Amino acid sequence: MEAMRRYESIIDDFEAFLDACERPLPTVVRVNTITGSVERAVAAFEDEGVAVSRREWSDRVLEVDTEKPGNTWPYVHGWVHGQEEVSAIPARVLDPQPGEAVWDTCAAPGSKATQLADLMDDTGLLVANDDNLGRLSALRGNADRLGVTCAAVTNADARRFDPSVVDVDAFDRVLVDAPCTCEGTIRKNLDALDEASPGASRNLARLQADILRRAVELTRDGGTVVYSTCTFAPEENEAVVDEILGEFDALSVEPYDIALDHDDGLTEWNGESYDESLANAKRFYPHQNDTGGFFAAKLTL
Amino acid sequence: MRGNDSTQFDRLPETAADREVEGRPSREAVVEWWTDRFGLDASIFEGYTFWEKGAGRVWALPANPELPVPVEALGLNVLRTRQEHWKPTTAGVQRFCRDATRNVVELNREQAERFLAGDDQELDWDGDWGYLVAAHDIADGLEPIGVGLFTYGSLQSMVPKGRRREF
Repeated sequence: MEAMRRYESIIDDFEAFLDACERPLPTVVRVNTITGSVERAVAAFEDEGVAVSRREWSDRVLEVDTEKPGNTWPYVHGWVHGQEEVSAIPARVLDPQPGEAVWDTCAAPGSKATQLADLMDDTGLLVANDDNLGRLSALRGNADRLGVTCAAVTNADARRFDPSVVDVDAFDRVLVDAPCTCEGTIRKNLDALDEASPGASRNLARLQADILRRAVELTRDGGTVVYSTCTFAPEENEAVVDEILGEFDALSVEPYDIALDHDDGLTEWNGESYDESLANAKRFYPHQNDTGGFFAAKLTL
Repeated sequence: MRGNDSTQFDRLPETAADREVEGRPSREAVVEWWTDRFGLDASIFEGYTFWEKGAGRVWALPANPELPVPVEALGLNVLRTRQEHWKPTTAGVQRFCRDATRNVVELNREQAERFLAGDDQELDWDGDWGYLVAAHDIADGLEPIGVGLFTYGSLQSMVPKGRRREF
């Protein structure tokens, strides 16, 4: 947990934060309404003796009292997908609509991509891209099990993505859930902090900014881009968004509502200041909602 | 005639008369197969285009990109053609056969669990032989589990190995 010490000045109730990081996560699933419904998923779990608790912020997120939600009928039918609670935030913030053209830049293993497809009512075209061919098989398996028909799966480096392969000129919305140091996943992955350091964050920030830049380039005027990570590092979050904001006059960070406790995005860190609109981004900490950690910024063009 | 190109998705021709690639099924034939075999309403495929990547692997997509499309996956793989009997996929049946009215075999709980485990079982079925939708009653409705192959009084589970479960 020593790697977390550098955040002591920005996280309220820092000892509670550290305590939360050391506790295991509750088991949470997201309901997939392409093939199922919240009512049937709850009923089927309860028929199998699995207690279900709902979440106030989203009717499609359920806490289930089982270690193995993947070994249940609701999972077999594609009605639910095991997905950490805060991981369900960025797709909701992106808010894709039925019939739109949407690009998920770093889509594998597909939890957020399949959620995007569900929010699109499985219509339109979701381009689910990842540069890692091995991880694409997990994405394809999840899309298959969840009955997603509206996705085109591509294997490309997002920084040089060519949308003409799927006959798209510009996307309505793009999700950049960027590769990151994953500090926010410490509760499910005890090794998460092994690779984390300010240096690792600065290196990843180059890649993250390049992907976000390409995302903005391929989004139509008036379109939306969500930038998210599962890390706390300002170098990988506010600093990346601030850099790209400086390159596109029309781009701004918009406020959004989500009924989970959070902190506002930072406007300064380690002697650097960021665009004031970054206060519209949100930071989700483990001790606030008993979840993992996440960062999400909503950008419009 | 052109050949099939396994590196890209090509759209199925509208009818057999429009066919340019030998052996490729038409959109018309694919929709007819689902509606004939399982009693589905053809309207559920309105707005879908159908694609082939690799001989006989048919995918459904609710969009209409210009062809060909050189990607890893395009829509949902719903059907395998180019063999004597066309075979629906588990994903295709789960996605589209909730409202099937023909060739649906309803399994009880124990039969459903054996089917999901991948076991073959004796079955009293006096309907068509061939590929059936295996379904069970769960949470106040009939839900397709997957594809079963019925022959000679026996139902063979076609649930792919990676999707089998033992509860």
